[in-house]
Amino acid sequence: MIDMSILFDHWDLFLQGFGNTLKASLLALVGSFVLGTIIAIFRIAPMRPLNWLGTAYVEFIRNIPLLLIVFLFFLGLPAVGVRLEPFVAGTLGLTVYTAAFIAETIRAGIQAVPIGQTEAARSSGLTYIETMRYIILPQAIKVVIPPMGNQFINLVKNSSVLGVIAGLDLMYFGDLISADTFVTFDVYIIVGIFYLILTLPLSLLVGYLERYLAKGR
Amino acid sequence: MDFIGAYAPSHLTFLLEGFWVTLQVAFLSIVLSFAIAIIVGTLRYGQIPVISQLLAVVVELIRNLPLLLIIFFTYFALPEIGIKMDKFNAAILALVIFESAMLSEIVRSGLKSVEKGQIEAARSSGLNYVQTLWHVVLPQALRRMVPPIVSQFISLLKDTSLAVVIALPELMNHAQIINGRNVNFVIPTFLLVAVMYFIVNYALSVVSKRLENRHA
Repeated sequence: MIDMSILFDHWDLFLQGFGNTLKASLLALVGSFVLGTIIAIFRIAPMRPLNWLGTAYVEFIRNIPLLLIVFLFFLGLPAVGVRLEPFVAGTLGLTVYTAAFIAETIRAGIQAVPIGQTEAARSSGLTYIETMRYIILPQAIKVVIPPMGNQFINLVKNSSVLGVIAGLDLMYFGDLISADTFVTFDVYIIVGIFYLILTLPLSLLVGYLERYLAKGR
Repeated sequence: MDFIGAYAPSHLTFLLEGFWVTLQVAFLSIVLSFAIAIIVGTLRYGQIPVISQLLAVVVELIRNLPLLLIIFFTYFALPEIGIKMDKFNAAILALVIFESAMLSEIVRSGLKSVEKGQIEAARSSGLNYVQTLWHVVLPQALRRMVPPIVSQFISLLKDTSLAVVIALPELMNHAQIINGRNVNFVIPTFLLVAVMYFIVNYALSVVSKRLENRHA
């Protein structure tokens, strides 16, 4: 079976990697939520050029690999004189990538609110912004929560690309320890368990929320 | 930045060769994954005691792991217990493990989306359980599965880039080899690679959207 002594011998490295994976995921979640909301608003705003810009961002980013975006930040920017720490480049790449998916989630949530709500709000004299703020967004948020949970799960898993650019995350330290000790099988199993500690509870929670919100409707 | 040097004809053909490997790996993986996913998804849908629960646990575990970890695992860890394979097979095995878990969820929810009345009608007309599944439920479910499967294929095409960590000679690997020759090639090469992925994936997403609208 799995030799757990490798875990205890390198406890500090595993923990440091785990902490950095969590940190990168949380930072990218906040960043991509802000960026994603702005892009979602661009996509539905009653202004054509903004629509195009939002659509272009979402379609382009969603259709290229995350690793490519991370490489552009990590290897591309130094070519024009901007050098970033691997962790920063990786987290920025994750943010840019995830924002496209979050924008789509938010847009779908907003558009799930019946158009009559907007019409009623506008006819009672609310402005477009007020309608969004007080009528549409509070209703949309309910639809958006479970898919946002899924995005966060993806984010935690995707943060493993930091390992490719030496971003000091769980994957990176896993590789480091396995290269140091020549124990690959056990190390990768332990790394997997660490990821599951983050993703499994989230995945169960999302499943529960989906069923709960489906009942409410 | 050196666009002219980066886009030398030899580089372009080299990138296309890499892209061809990417497409081959992605296509082989999706076909194999789909075959496994149909079996796993149907077994889970059938709610066979023990087997269904066991599969549910396995699928849930795999879905919640990073694909990158699975790639490292098949290429670096499996040899330790005597299972050795080349890069190509290791990449495909990792992708198949991950994607069949993802696709089995699509299969299962596709099966679940077929109305109960259909099953009741089939059973009352004298079809047995397997016949009902084969002739009534699956054909309807399969049609509904097509758009999410195309989306999953887009993810798969993007995810093959992760095989760069085991130096599989796919698009990303070839891009990195070109980048290694001159730092001024990095941005032009990556931009071209992005466009290559984008063209294929965007075309697929348009197809997927069309199909969705037709069946809606």
